[in-house]
This record gives sequence, structure tokens and C-alpha cells, in this order.
Amino acid sequence: MPGKLKVKIVAGRHLPVMDRASDLTDAFVEVKFGNTTFKTDVYLKSLNPQWNSEWFKFEVDDEDLQDEPLQITVLDHDTYSANDAIGKVYIDIDPLLYSEAATVISGWFPIYDTIHGIRGEINVVVKVDLFNDLNRFRQSSCGVKFFCTTSIPKCYRAVIIHGFVEELVVNEDPEYQWIDRIRTPRASNEARQRLISLMSGELQRKIGLKVLEMRGNAVVGYLQCFDLEGESGLVVRAIGTACTLDKLSSPAAFLPACNSPSKEMKEIPFNEDPNPNTHSSGPSTPLKNQTYSFSPSKSYSRQSSSSDTDLSLTPKTAPYPQGPRIYLCPSSPSLSCGSLHLKKSCLLLSESSLTPHHSSLVSPVLRKSVSFSEELFLAASGMGSGSAGKEGGPFKALLRQQTQSALEQRGGSPHRFCRRREFPFFTLTAFPPGFLVHVGGVVSARSVKLLDRIHNPAFVGIMGNTRSYKLLDWNSFNSDEPETRDAWWAEIRQEIKSHAKALGCHAVVGYSESTSICEEVCILSASGTAAVLNPRFLQDGTMEGCLEQRLEENLPAGCGFCHIPYDELNMPFPAHLTYCCNCRKQKVPDVLFTTIDLPTDAIVIGKGCLIQARLCRLKKKAQAEANATAISNLLPFMEYEVHTQLMNKLKLKGMNALFGLRIQITVGENMLMGLASATGVYLAALPTPGGIQIAGKTPNDGSYEQHISHMQKKINDTIAKNKELYEINPPEIAEEIIGSPIPEPRQRSRLLRSQSESSDEVMELDLSHGKKDAFVLEIDDTDAMEDVHSLLTDVPPPSGFYSCNTEIMPGINNWTSEIQMFTSVRVIRLSSLNLTNQALNKNFNDLCENLLKSLYFKLRSMIPCCLCHVNFTVSLPEDELIQVTVTAVAITFDKNQALQTTKPHVEKSLQRASTDNEELLQFPLELCSDSLPSHPFPPAKAVTVEKASPMGEGNFRNRSAPPCANSTVGVVKMTPLSFIPGAKITKYLGIINMFFIRETTSLREEGGVSGFLHAFIAEVFAMVRAHVAALGGNAVVSYIMKQCVFMENPNKNQAQCLINVSGDAVIFVRESELEVVSAQQPTANCQPLCTGGEVTT
Amino acid sequence: MTSELDIFVGNTTLIDEDVYRLWLDGYSVSDAVALRVRSGILEQTGATAAVLQSDTMDHYRTFHMLERLLHAPPKLLHQLIFQIPPSRQALLIERYYAFDEAFVREVLGKKLSKGTKKDLDDISTKTGITLKSCRRQFDNFKRVFKVVEEMRGSLVDNIQQHFLLSDRLARDYAAIVFFANNRFETGKKKLQYLSFGDFAFCAELMIQNWTLGAIGEAPTDPDSQVDDMDVDLDKEFLQDLKELKVLVADKDLLDLHKSLVCTALRGKLSVFSEMEANFKNLSRGLVNVAAKLTHNKDVRDLFVDLVEKFVEPCRSDHWPLNDVRLFLNQYSASVHSLDGFRHPTLWDRYMGTLRGCLLRLYHD
Repeated sequence: MPGKLKVKIVAGRHLPVMDRASDLTDAFVEVKFGNTTFKTDVYLKSLNPQWNSEWFKFEVDDEDLQDEPLQITVLDHDTYSANDAIGKVYIDIDPLLYSEAATVISGWFPIYDTIHGIRGEINVVVKVDLFNDLNRFRQSSCGVKFFCTTSIPKCYRAVIIHGFVEELVVNEDPEYQWIDRIRTPRASNEARQRLISLMSGELQRKIGLKVLEMRGNAVVGYLQCFDLEGESGLVVRAIGTACTLDKLSSPAAFLPACNSPSKEMKEIPFNEDPNPNTHSSGPSTPLKNQTYSFSPSKSYSRQSSSSDTDLSLTPKTAPYPQGPRIYLCPSSPSLSCGSLHLKKSCLLLSESSLTPHHSSLVSPVLRKSVSFSEELFLAASGMGSGSAGKEGGPFKALLRQQTQSALEQRGGSPHRFCRRREFPFFTLTAFPPGFLVHVGGVVSARSVKLLDRIHNPAFVGIMGNTRSYKLLDWNSFNSDEPETRDAWWAEIRQEIKSHAKALGCHAVVGYSESTSICEEVCILSASGTAAVLNPRFLQDGTMEGCLEQRLEENLPAGCGFCHIPYDELNMPFPAHLTYCCNCRKQKVPDVLFTTIDLPTDAIVIGKGCLIQARLCRLKKKAQAEANATAISNLLPFMEYEVHTQLMNKLKLKGMNALFGLRIQITVGENMLMGLASATGVYLAALPTPGGIQIAGKTPNDGSYEQHISHMQKKINDTIAKNKELYEINPPEIAEEIIGSPIPEPRQRSRLLRSQSESSDEVMELDLSHGKKDAFVLEIDDTDAMEDVHSLLTDVPPPSGFYSCNTEIMPGINNWTSEIQMFTSVRVIRLSSLNLTNQALNKNFNDLCENLLKSLYFKLRSMIPCCLCHVNFTVSLPEDELIQVTVTAVAITFDKNQALQTTKPHVEKSLQRASTDNEELLQFPLELCSDSLPSHPFPPAKAVTVEKASPMGEGNFRNRSAPPCANSTVGVVKMTPLSFIPGAKITKYLGIINMFFIRETTSLREEGGVSGFLHAFIAEVFAMVRAHVAALGGNAVVSYIMKQCVFMENPNKNQAQCLINVSGDAVIFVRESELEVVSAQQPTANCQPLCTGGEVTT
Repeated sequence: MTSELDIFVGNTTLIDEDVYRLWLDGYSVSDAVALRVRSGILEQTGATAAVLQSDTMDHYRTFHMLERLLHAPPKLLHQLIFQIPPSRQALLIERYYAFDEAFVREVLGKKLSKGTKKDLDDISTKTGITLKSCRRQFDNFKRVFKVVEEMRGSLVDNIQQHFLLSDRLARDYAAIVFFANNRFETGKKKLQYLSFGDFAFCAELMIQNWTLGAIGEAPTDPDSQVDDMDVDLDKEFLQDLKELKVLVADKDLLDLHKSLVCTALRGKLSVFSEMEANFKNLSRGLVNVAAKLTHNKDVRDLFVDLVEKFVEPCRSDHWPLNDVRLFLNQYSASVHSLDGFRHPTLWDRYMGTLRGCLLRLYHD
């Protein structure tokens, strides 16, 4: 009996009136976990019942603890008829299962009903006593910490970053079950909420198991998504990065570990074979080192050294003609592959073919500037050269590339060996210094699939089971069925990997996956940034200190990551290279696109800005395969245009790099939408971008010429204005002096298309462009005219406003403490008359621009401020509806300091980084008292639990904060960022992952669609805050609204909305808190339950 | 392209004070947008009318959702749906319960019933305050009235506790509740010159001295608090006031009283002769008002009587305010020197309050 869950129902308040006669309610509570249910007494005639129940005890195994949510139902007792449900609270008890997170959940939770929304609150106390379980074969993974944050969480240190973990579980969607026809909407919604809660729990547990298997203790950058596939089912999938984290509990942890070799020695006993050369083809993940540390390397032996015959992952697909330049063809519209499929249910329309060759990749480059000479590297090098030798490739490959080649071999293994560790992917977007060596560019892959019912015999007859939903793990169940969701993703990941390989990179960072579903068509997308990582980080982070130093010696600070990882002479795509403008030693591309955050040490000139490319394409309505064909035919064109737009806008801003690039392609009934968002910056290392030249096709027409020159002037003016606006004034460099091949005007602004994801379609277009003048915008038809106009219609934010979609705004460091997270949703209805591509584009563009304008207006009181982490999501809920959802955070900053010149900025950021470390140094000391050293299953845990009062230590801590006057409700901050400006995160309390459904049959009465959704989103925020407060926290960081599916039927006066949010619950302490406390007068009526009581700003 | 749905939800609920005021004033969204455009906000911010429209709609929706909570302000503090900093919560409540002088003068002392609510149309037309705003103000009065009507203890404290209003506003509401409960007539033409402040001042004095709560000074035994009610006048006290009649009924006593006052004030008043001539009338008026207070109807007419019997005669003789003060002080003090008068405490309780009220009521 590995765990005892204890629940106490204390009281309720603000309950709705359930008895019209008395205007009161006779409430009682059912507490359910698994199959056990307890009830409280009925508290007669009160809207504020005081149950003060006994402790309800559930004795359960830890597998259930992880999977099941605690379900609390508040009901109104009715003597004569059935008891009426008031509402429910689902509590995820996962945070109580880690030793370092919360010890008690205690507080007021909103009572939620899917039809009526929040109806009063209930005060609940939940504790867990975990017993030590040393069973090696256990199915639970208690103790593995999960973080949504896509960087190493602030009060932890990464010992090892193991790598990619993924999992998905599938079930039938209760909404589409036959029983749904006879049950109430409420019952159906609750079934769905509960199922998804269960599935999330199971998914998390399974991922946890994988992490334990990798010997990690945490998942960072955990991203869980739902695919509501309608009839065909419900998929819950998650990706993350497995890590071994160490709580920063003593300053010693910070000492640069100069004893690293000894650490390595310690690792060796884990090896089955300490000699890497005996591993036939070597460890394959970027985390190759992890292979050494883990014994269970089941799959490795199977990797034969013959893997150099690498193959396209999906044998069904005909390999593409190889060529040095056509290496990426993620969305080849060839249909031929479809026929090869076993089942028509899955039509692979845009299968990728992979260039099966290493030779072009393991290139003979010698990077003198980087020379590691650690023993380990030598070993790796030996191994690497071995494989290179087999291929007959050149031998003078560098360590980096050898690591990579090793990885490639692994990656090239037949796809039946697809294992998670095979993918050298990292969902992180920010890294410890020195981790990222080089960045190649964005890699992405898309694939169009036809959904069909997920064939699963287990679906039959599961409804009557003791557990009402049987969760099915698709992997284990149907491993030889080819059309599994898992296989779909495996394909995409393989493709991504091969793209990265083509860019000379062995890893993909800032990796994410998404889907867009419309009826039975589904577009799967994955994207990331190809990168070369410092392998030492993947093994033992204690070397951080030494490594940093070494890196400083070897790589020029602030520009190293820009240097090309691929080989100059054998470039995988046509790119224009120059010497790095910063160090002048290495080659850099002219433009860099990435999906990650700007590295902290990057040297940036001026400020950044949000850059968006927006695009719509009409498509004929079609069914099934025809529809999928149409979509996959359109995709490459869309990708191409989106990239052209991004590139043009980037140039218009006078910038040369994009960070945080996220391209979303959304499929609807009769159109496709593309929305790319990124943060443009001017990297000092990259060359100054060229301008944009306009040319007409009919040069002899005088008036036309005039028009053209007018446009040209306008563009030039805009560039100049933008440079001023974003303070881009790079030091003048006569490029000739560097002796780099100087771009002629036409080359200067060449699209580095291959850095972005490309398709053969794109390549073709590119080639044709190349013959004439790649960089010229031709305005020979109205389409092009539109493009130019749209370039110029993007208005910059009003003065005092900046916006970006990355964590922080490049060029602004002096944040003040005021933050405002918000979600804004807009839906527009297109009049069907004007449905042309242009009109559509204009509508979409206006929608986005107006939305931004509205945000600037609403937040004007915060000026000067920056909208950070601006996240746009587009969906097409119906034929003529476009829905855009934006979540972002506005942060104020100090104007005066922000106006400093660039140089101090850089210094500042460096200083800042160092002070951060110092802060961290101090914090552990403070935390020592409450954070026990991390035992996986500490016997001490029970003790802690017992000790914990309902206050929880978090509350206790916060009571020292200035109390919120007159209020019992503590302030909970929410932010999509991983930090809170002006504050230190002292503790991570666990992951928040919540799914809500709200439905109404009285839409008009609730204020129409806007009123309905406004109230719902406010309620979702409230429920997130309540859960965080109950954990003892006062903020949610890395908050994300992953899904907001809104459906309406105004004729029936109905609407339904599904929202899925997640984030990390934390305790933060203001840096200035201590001074503030002494200065503030505590108010008399601060209630004892006042959690997180800092006064809002 | 039409906007089907357009919302903005902040983790901290955004409150725009200007829009809140427009909403409270009962303007429709389109009127509010027009007014905002006129305020020059578009020029200041470079926004478009569409942005303003969307912003206004958003705020209105938020206020609409908050309104339910504002009806019971402690709920606003404890609710979890809207995260609003305490200072903003206070502002929301205070502004919501604020009322227009013109409006309150119309309903002060009226029964807060459905009947009165029907008259709001007329009040709206008369005062130029939108009907919506009138309704809100009326409903506020009624709501506060209903909650504190039957409550024991200090009226102001009760209002503050249940509606979290500022001290100033809570006092005003105490006056409104007190007037509504006792149905004092304030609408007569004669009383039109009086402001709400005048009445509120009088109400406060009366609550302090003439109600049941006034004598039950902090009783330690909770059971004895039964009578500690601020909203009702002390019936026993009103009954006793009949005893004061002797001051005017007994001719000797009246003459003695007059001579005492005249002696003391000789040479000190600019209107001495007028005072001397009018003393008996004034005294009769004031004492008769007291004696009549046993009847509910006469209680309602208290202010009409005071103005008729005292304020107007003095005003027609052009008494300066200071002379009125000197006279009233002397008039009430002299009674203690009247040997035959056996109710000095009762007199003080009556006259102390009345003196304060009269001085406040005495203006143009």
C-alpha cells in the first residue's frame, strides 16, 4: 500500500441558492478517488456551510495517485428527488508526490460546473503519506519532477541533460460515444474532463518512467497537448526534456567542478563496457554520454555499424533524388506514396524522403578555434572517425561533427528501433551558458494525415469496467499496426533529425510539435532549431564552471552560436556567408532563423521587435483524400510565402535574425491559414542586412517606373525609420577589410531559405528566382503589389511599447515589477462574398493588427512597457470564422535606464547573469531549512507531511509579506515567462495542468459569445490561481493556454468551449521584500489564510 | 468582416476609471464611445474608433459581471474570479455606491418601494440623470436599507461592515436609511433650498441623540442590545416630549423664559427687537414641534415645521446666522434656570439636537 491520501472538507462559501423556497441550500460533499467515495454530513440551510469533516482516508497505490485526480462534488440534498449537483472540483495531487514540491494542498477552490460556471467555493485540505517503494518494476514514477519551463528552473542546477522524452495515449472521446446521445451535456462534459485528467495523469506517469529509466529525475520543457480528433478519438501527447536536476541547496554546488574527471570516473562503473569503441556504432543521442552512465542499453547492440547505409525512414516513400541542395523535402506533394500505404485510412501525402548519405555531412572541416582535448572527447573522436572511415569520408573531422556523426548513425538505424533516445531533441529554449555551441537554423516538418478511428479492439466493452475508462497506450497495444499516431510522429521526428543533420547539426533545440485538425484531415507539424551542443553538458553539469572558461577561451563570447555548423565548401543549401562581424574568424550566415530564445550572451544591437507573417489561402471544399491532397499541394506554397514575408519584414526592420520563430499552419473547411511569429533582432555578429529592391516587369512604362521608384523610396524610408526606432546603429564596418566575399546587392538580401524549412517546391521557385535577381521584389501583378503594401501597412507599436514573442526583449534589461498577463480572443466572420485570397489576407492581417492595436491601447497605463511572449494562435472553427487567441504578458520597465546605449546593455546583461548566480547562491541557504535533500522516496516525506499545518510552508513564508489589506484572497501572479521580474523564485511547487469545458444553453442571457467566453476565461484564471494558492504558491510561471476551442450555435442559443492551460506553480519573493516589510504597516484584518499576500501593483 | 467575438481578460482585472464612470452614469456603449472620442483620447493615444469601441465593450462587460458582486461588496473581496488590487476594489465599491445630489434630494425620505421606483422615469427627466443611473442609485439605497434596517448597533458601522464604504459615504447612507425609515418629508417647495448635506447633518444628530441606540450606550450585556437600534426614533422619548409643552402652556414660565433670554442677549443681537417681539411665537413653534412628535405624520413633517415655524420667521426678519446661534444657545440654556421646569435632561436631549439642526437649516 504505497500511499495514503487524506482529504478534509472544511467549509463552503458563496454557494448558490438551490432551494427557491428558503433561498438556501442543504449542501453536502462527495469525495471520490478511484472507486472509493466518502460523503460529508448534510449541512442544512446555509450558503456558507461549515462541514469540518473528519479526515477521509484513501489507501491507494502510487500508480493511481499519479493517474487519478481527486474529485470533489458538492451537492444539494433533496429529500424527495435526486440530489442536485452544485459543482465539482478536480484536484491534481501530483505536486504532493515529489519530495521538494508542496506538502499540503489547502485552500479555497472554486466549485465548477460545466453548465453554470463557478458556483461558490469550497475549502479543502489534502495530504499524502507516501511509503517507500523500492520495487524496481513499479509502474509509477512518483518523484520525477515536471516543469513547463523551457529552461533549467531557477533554483535548480542541471547535472545532466538527458534528452527527449515523449509519449502519447489514446482513447475514445466520450463526446462521441453512443451514450452521449442519452446523457445530459453536463454528464458528457464531466466524463470528458475526468477522462482527460486521467489520461494526463497516466501520460505524465509514463513519461516519468522513461525519465527514471534514463536515470533522470525531472522533465523540463514539458508540453502536453490534446488532439480532439472527433469521431476518431482523443489523443493526449506530451514531449519534454529529461534532466537530472540538483536543487541548489548549498553554495558548494556552485563551485566550478574542477574535479570533473573524478566524476567521470565515478560514472564508469555504470558502464557495461567502459570502452566506447566497442560499442559498435556508438551511442547515438546527443546525450551520447548518457550511454556510458546507463547500463540498460538494450537497443544499442542492435545498432550495427552498417548504419552508414542510412535510409529513408519510411521505406514506403521513394527516396528523393539526392543532391547537395535538395536535402529537405518535408512537404513534397507527391501522392504516390499514399498508395503504398497499407490502409487507406492514413494517407501520407507529404512524406519526406531523407537523403541517406552521411558523406556530405561529415565534412572535412577543421575548426581550429575549437579544440577540446578531454579524454572523453578523444574517445568519441576515435569512434567517430571509425564511422567516417567506413563511409570513406575525410578524417579530419572535428569532435563536434563526430559526435554528430555518431548521432546520425543512431538516427539512421532502421525505424523499427525508433526509441525516444534516438531523437536528439530538446524542448528547451534557453540553456546554461556554454551549452549551445552553434546554431544551424530552423528545421521543420509537416505531414498531412487522414484521421480514422483508432482501431483498437480494447474499445469494445470497456464501458462496464470497474474503472470506467480504460486508458490505452497505443505504443504497447498496436505496435505492429502501421497507422498509429505514434508512428506518425516518429516519421516527423525522423525528418526533423535528418534536416538537422543536413545542416551539420547533431541536435535540435527549441523543439515543439503541434497539430491542426479539421474534420478528418490533420496536419502534424514539428519544428526546432538545428544546433551543435556542447556534449559535456549532456553528461555532467558540474563541469559548468570549467567549461564556461574553456568556451570563453575558444569561442568568442556572444557570437559563437552564430557561426555556421555546416561546411562552407559543401553547403547544404545556397547561403551567403561572411566572416563574423564580431570575431572576424568564423563564417556566419547573413540571416539566422531560430526557434529558441536569444542566448543571454548574444551581442545585440538595439532592440528587438515582434515580426509576424500572415497568410491565407482558399481551398476547395473536399472530402477525405481529395481534401488532403489539396492541402498538401498548398502547403509548400504557403511555407514559401510565409518565409518570404518574414524575410521581407525582417529586412524592413533593418534586422538580421529571428528568435522564437513559430509557424502555425491551420486548416479549415475552405481555407488554410499561416501565421508565423518571431522576434527580430540585430545580431552584431551577422552582417548588416541589405535593403529591399523593387523592380517592375514592364520597365518601359514611364508612369509605372515612377510608381516603382515611389514605392522604393517609401521602403527605404521605412527601413531608415525602423532603424531609428529600434536603435539599430551598428558600428560601421567596411566589409572589404574583412576580406569576405562581399555580397553584391542581389545576393545581399538573399533568402536563406534552407535555414527555414523548405520543400522541393520552394527550391524550384528559389532557383528560378536565382536566375534573375533573388532579392528583388517584383511587383508585376496585384498579388505582389499587395505584398508590398502589406509590408508597409504594419504599423509599429505606439511609443513606449515594445513587443516580442521571446522570454525577454532583447535590449531591455531593467524590468520593473509590474506585470499583467492577459488572454485576448477575437473571432471574425468573413462575408462569403469577398472570399478571394487577397480579401482574405487583408481581413486576416487587419484582424491581427487591430488586435495588437487594441492591446496597446488597453495597456497604455503601463507605458513604458513591453509585451513579452506574445503567443498568437489561429483556428478556423467554422466555414467563415477566423479565431485568433493571444496570450502575452506586459511588463513595465524603467525608461531612463532603457535608453542607454548598446554597449552598457551587454555589460549589464552579463552583470545581471552573474548577479543571478549570486542570488542563487544566497537562496539555497535560506531554503536549507525547508527543502530536504532530494531522496527519490524519502521516508522523511511522511514526517514533513505530518508537520505541515494547513498553512503550508509556502504560506508561512508569505505571511511575512505585506498583507493584502482587507482581503482574504492572496494575489497570484501569472506569467508565460519563466521568471518574475524583480523577484526570486524560491520554490517550484509542481506542474499545473488543467482542462475545462464550459457549455451554455442560454448564450444570449450570458451576454452572447463574448460574455460567455469572457466569463469562462476569467473563471479558468481563477481556478488556476486557486490551485496555486492552495499549494502555497503565489505565482504561475511558464503559463500557457494550449488550447481554446470555441464552438457556437447562436440559432440554438448554445455555445461550448474547451480550454487547456498549464504552467509551473511557484513561490517567489520580491527582491525588495525585506525592506518593504519594515516600511509597510500591516493591516489589522489580514486573515490567517492570506496566501501570497503581496500587494498587487 | 464583422467581429463576432472580441474579449480581453487580464490576470489582474483592468479597470478604466473613466469608462467606469461612464458606465455608472448609465451611458450606452455607443454613447460612451462618443463621449470618449470627444475627450480627445484618440489623439492622445493614436487609437482608432474601432479600438475604442472594443475597449469600451470589454470594460462594460467586466463591469456587468462585477455588478453582481458589487451588490454585496464583501463578496467582491472574497471572490476568486476577478483579481483586483484592494485599492481598486475600494474604488469600485465607493464609486458604485456614490450617488448624485440631485437624485438623492428627489428620493430622500420617500419610501423605497416599487411605487417610488416607478417614478424614476420622472426623476430622470427632471434631473437629467439617465434612468439607468437612477435605478442603480435607487437600488443601492434600497439594498442598503434592507440589509441594515433590522440590525442592531451603530447604523454607520453596520453599513460600513456590510458595504465596505468609506466613512463619509457610510454616513450619507446612514442618513438616507434614517430618512427613508422615518419618511421625513423633504420634497416640499419650502424645503427645496436645503441640500442633501443639510439633511444628512440633521440625520446624524438625530441618530446620535434621538434614537434607541443613542441611550443604550455600549451595554455590556448582549441581551440589552435588543433596543439598540439606530434607525428608529426613541418612541418613549417622543412621548416624553409632550412634557415640554409646559414651557409655552404655562404663561408665567414662558414670560420668565423670555425675560431670561432677553436679559442675557440685550445688546448682543443686531435683531434684538425683532427677537423680543417674536420670542413667544418662536418658542411656541419649537415646543409645539416637540409636542407633536408623538404622531407619525407629524414626525414626517418635522423639517417642514422647523422651516415654517422657525427658519422662515427669522429669515424674514433678516437675522444673521450668528444671532440665531446666540439666540438658540441662550434659549436652550435659560431653561435650566426656570425653577418650575422639571425636565431639563429631556429638554437638552431635544434642544441640543434641534439647535444643531436649526443652525444648519438656517441659510438661504
